[in-house]
Amino acid sequence: MSSHPAHTEDHAEEHEGMTKKRIWNVFYILLAITAVEFFIALYLVPHKVMTYHVANPIYIVLTLLKAFFIVGYFMHLKFEKAGLIFAIIVPVLFIIGLILVLTNESHHWIDLRL
Amino acid sequence: MSTTVSQIDEVKTTPWAGGTSPFAVEYGKIMMWFFLLSDAFTFSSLLIAYGALRFSSAAWPAPDLIFQSVPGMIEHGAPLVFVGLMTFILIMSSVTMVLAVEAGHRGAKKEVVWWMIGTIIGGLMFLGCQALEWTHLHNEGFWWGSVPEMHKLLEFFKDPKPTNIVATTYGHQFANLFFTITGFHGFHVFSGVVINIIITINVLAGTYERRGSYLMVEKIGLYWHFVDLVWVFVFTFFYLV
Repeated sequence: MSSHPAHTEDHAEEHEGMTKKRIWNVFYILLAITAVEFFIALYLVPHKVMTYHVANPIYIVLTLLKAFFIVGYFMHLKFEKAGLIFAIIVPVLFIIGLILVLTNESHHWIDLRL
Repeated sequence: MSTTVSQIDEVKTTPWAGGTSPFAVEYGKIMMWFFLLSDAFTFSSLLIAYGALRFSSAAWPAPDLIFQSVPGMIEHGAPLVFVGLMTFILIMSSVTMVLAVEAGHRGAKKEVVWWMIGTIIGGLMFLGCQALEWTHLHNEGFWWGSVPEMHKLLEFFKDPKPTNIVATTYGHQFANLFFTITGFHGFHVFSGVVINIIITINVLAGTYERRGSYLMVEKIGLYWHFVDLVWVFVFTFFYLV
């Protein structure tokens, strides 16, 4: 029966987690990040203020930031138990390994093709 | 009657002692999370394959030259405008979804229905936009295994223009990857819309009211946000980079 108080506590946290106001705040953040991406793509890069080498990492960081807000708040993962958070996030981290391996490898493929 | 309990018979109540879920989340919701995890791997492998092929390419069609029209309105010179609209629609439908979930917590059936209908409309609008985009690219000559004629294809590459053989090879790779990845994502959106419609019908029929919780709305909500999340990545790697 000791799980019961914990449960109601969870629910309180849940409601605290995603009120209507909070939802719209997250939406405005997502919109603002997208607007920044457009500003870079449509203004800064064409006007040579920024090169692709600078812009691309910025896009990736901003995309990961958007992913954090969608998964954390919209999908509610931020308010779940630590066990569930780790069960979802840790496997995803392995994808980074595959990205590193294949980007390294693809730079080598260029030499093979030419 | 003895009141002492030997240590081994004592019922443990810690989260990981068994009997209840240590995650404190309903079974179906955990399974949805793990399905989405596996789906994340599928999309990652597709996008990583795209990245590897693009990094190793001698030349690649420039996104701001390929995606610069708004179908039915602007033919040229409006890069990213249409895809910006699509991104906005999908993020918007994610918001209506999370509002449906929020209304579900309060047990407000009518509100859940309206927000769900909003989500479905958003999904259908996104699919419509994607259909227009595909039709546009198809009319230009791109499709699985086909690229536009050479003089037209070269227009999509930035200076210095690649040789014909390079343009054909990487034009093909672009076309195959674009239609496969956006197609796979579009199929997810389509399934999402179908499931959203089923859930909305169930809400209207009062199924979840009788069940006492709108957990199903939360579960389809997770799926819908995931689809939005994938689009955020597709958008970055196909249209921005």
